[in-house]
Amino acid sequence: MNNSIIQLQNLTKRFPVGNGHFTALTDINLSFGKGEFTGLVGPSGSGKTTLLNIIGSLDVPSEGKATVLGKSIAGLNQKQAANLRNHSIGFIFQTYNLLPVYTVYENVEFALLLQNMSATDRREAVMQALEWVGLTDKEKSKPSMLSGGECQRVAIARSMVKKPQIVLADEPTANLDSKNSHHILQTMQKLNDELGVTFIFSTHDEKVMQYLKRKISLADGKVVADEAIMANETLNS
Amino acid sequence: MVAFKLAYKNLIGAGLRTWLNVTVLSFAFVLIIFYNGMIDGWNRQGRNDTQEWEVAQGQYWHPNYDKYDVFSIRDSHQAVSGDVKSAVDSGKLVPVLIQQATIYPQGRMFGIMLKGVPHQQSLLKLPTQGLQPQTSDLPAIIGQRMADAVKLKKGDKVLIRWRDKNGTFDAREILVADIFHCDVPSVDNGQVYVDYEAIQKMMGLNNHATLLITGDEDPKEIEDWDFKDLKFLLSELDQMIESKKAGGIVLQVVLLLIALLAIFDTQVLSIFRRQKEIGTYIALGLTRWQVVGIFTIEGAVHSILAALVGAAYGIPFFLWLDTVGLSFGTVDVGITIAEKVYPYYSVGLIVSTLLLVVLSATVVSYLPARKIARMKPTDALKGKIQ
Repeated sequence: MNNSIIQLQNLTKRFPVGNGHFTALTDINLSFGKGEFTGLVGPSGSGKTTLLNIIGSLDVPSEGKATVLGKSIAGLNQKQAANLRNHSIGFIFQTYNLLPVYTVYENVEFALLLQNMSATDRREAVMQALEWVGLTDKEKSKPSMLSGGECQRVAIARSMVKKPQIVLADEPTANLDSKNSHHILQTMQKLNDELGVTFIFSTHDEKVMQYLKRKISLADGKVVADEAIMANETLNS
Repeated sequence: MVAFKLAYKNLIGAGLRTWLNVTVLSFAFVLIIFYNGMIDGWNRQGRNDTQEWEVAQGQYWHPNYDKYDVFSIRDSHQAVSGDVKSAVDSGKLVPVLIQQATIYPQGRMFGIMLKGVPHQQSLLKLPTQGLQPQTSDLPAIIGQRMADAVKLKKGDKVLIRWRDKNGTFDAREILVADIFHCDVPSVDNGQVYVDYEAIQKMMGLNNHATLLITGDEDPKEIEDWDFKDLKFLLSELDQMIESKKAGGIVLQVVLLLIALLAIFDTQVLSIFRRQKEIGTYIALGLTRWQVVGIFTIEGAVHSILAALVGAAYGIPFFLWLDTVGLSFGTVDVGITIAEKVYPYYSVGLIVSTLLLVVLSATVVSYLPARKIARMKPTDALKGKIQ
C-alpha cells in the first residue's frame, strides 16, 4: 500500500519464559494507511497488545520488520523512539493511566510540555482537545473526581492534543459501561473523520466492532482475518 | 522545570509519607546548622575572648619561655631594649613579667603564676587599673575561678612568697583589689596579677619582661624576641574546636542517615507502586533516563521542602537562641568557653549544609531510580515488575 504509514513485514515477537520462550506474534504482515479506524480483535493472549506496543515503539520485534512513519522500530534508539511517541503517536489505555496528582488540564498539557511549545499555544491546544471530548468544564478537576467515562475522555484528549498521526488504543472501552463506551467511540470516530488521525484499537468488545472501518482478527499470535467493514449510516446518528 | 513541578505535585499528593520524610530531614538540617552554629559561635567567642584577655594580635616571647615548663619560666626574661621600651611607653606593646610564687589563703598553700602587667595598659581587657597602688598595700587582681578556688574575695589580703632574681625567698601581703570575670581559663586559673613596676621591684628584675603583647595587626620582628602569631597562640582552642566538630559529625551523620534511609525507602516503594505511571511517562514520549530524572528530582525535592520546613521553625529558633544564648554555666572545663555561648550562623555554614542535605538526598533518590532505566516500558505499563 503506497500511502501506508505503518508496515509490518514477517513480524514475529517472542518473550523469554523460563529456559524457553513464548511466541506472542508469528509472521505478521500488515499495512495501515492514513485515516484508518481499525480494530485488532481476538481473545486474551492473541497478541493484540503486543502488536500495539511494537507499533508504538514501546517494544521491538524479535524477527521481521516494523516500519512506522518511515522509521524502522528496531533501528530506533531510546531517544528517537521517545521522540516518535512524543510527536506522532498517542496512546489510550484500558485503565486510563492519568497522572493522579495532575488536574484534567495538566494531564492533557503534559504531552505538550515536552515539545517546547509556548504557554499560550499550549493553552489553546489543551482547551481545543478538551472541547473535542466535551470536558472544558472539568479542566480543574483531578482524575479522582471524574467518572470512568470522563477519565477515558481525558485520556483521549491527552492522546489527541499533540495532533498525532497515529492513536493506539488498548481496550479503551473495557472498563466502561455501554453508554460511555458508545460516547468514547463516537468521540474517536469524530476525531478520525475530522482530523484524519489513524486509530488502531485492540478490543474484544462487541460494541466496538460496529464502529470499525477495518477489523483484523488475531488468534494465537497470527492474523486469521483482515476485513474492511462498510460504513453503517445509523452508527453516526 | 516540568520535572520539578511534577515532583512537587507527586510529593504533595503523597501526603503524610512525604511530610514524615521531610520532617525527619528538616530535623537533620536544623540540627546540623544548630550544632555547627554553636561550635562556630563558641570558636568565635573563644578566639575573641582569648585575644581580648590574653594575646591581642600576638606575643613576643623570650626565646626560652615555655608556659608549660615551670623550670624554665624563672629564667625566661630579658631586659627591654630602647626601641621596645618606647613602644611599651606608647602603649603599642604590653610587657608581662611572669614568675612563680606561692600564696597562703587561710593557711593553705597554692602555687601560682605571678604576672606583672602595667596598670595603665588598655590593650587587654584585664582590669589592671585596679593594680595602681592607692595605699601601702600591694594591689592584685584575680579571676573568679581563682577566687573560688582559693576562697578569696575582693578586699581580702593574702600572703604571697616568691624568690627574687638571686633565688632568695621574700614574702608580703597582697590586697585583692578586684576580681574579674573572664571566660579564658589560662587568664584566670592559678594566675595573680600585680603591677608591672611592682613585680620588677619584688624580683629585682628592673626593666625585664617575659613576653610582650602587641596590638599591631601587622607585627614586625623584634630582635631577641620570638614572635608567636595567633595561629600558634590559639592552636589549643582550634584543636579543641576541631575535636568537638569531629565528635558532632557522628551525631549529624547518624541523623542524616536516618532521614536519607527514609527517603531511600520511599523511593523504592514509590518506584514499585508507580510502575504504570512510569510506563505512561515513557508512552507519552519521555526517555527512561528522563523518568529516572523525574524520580530523582522527586527525592531531591524532599530536601528542598525539608529546608523550607526547617527554615519555618529553625529561623525563629535560631534568632531566639541568638538573643538569649545557650548557658554553659560557670563550670571550669579547662577550655575557653563563655558562660553563655551565642551561636554564629555563617552563610558558608548554611549553604554547605543545604548542599550536603540536597546532594545526599539526590544521591539516595537516584540509586533506586536507576532501576527505571532497566525497565521494559511494556512491563511497566502492566505494573508487573517485581
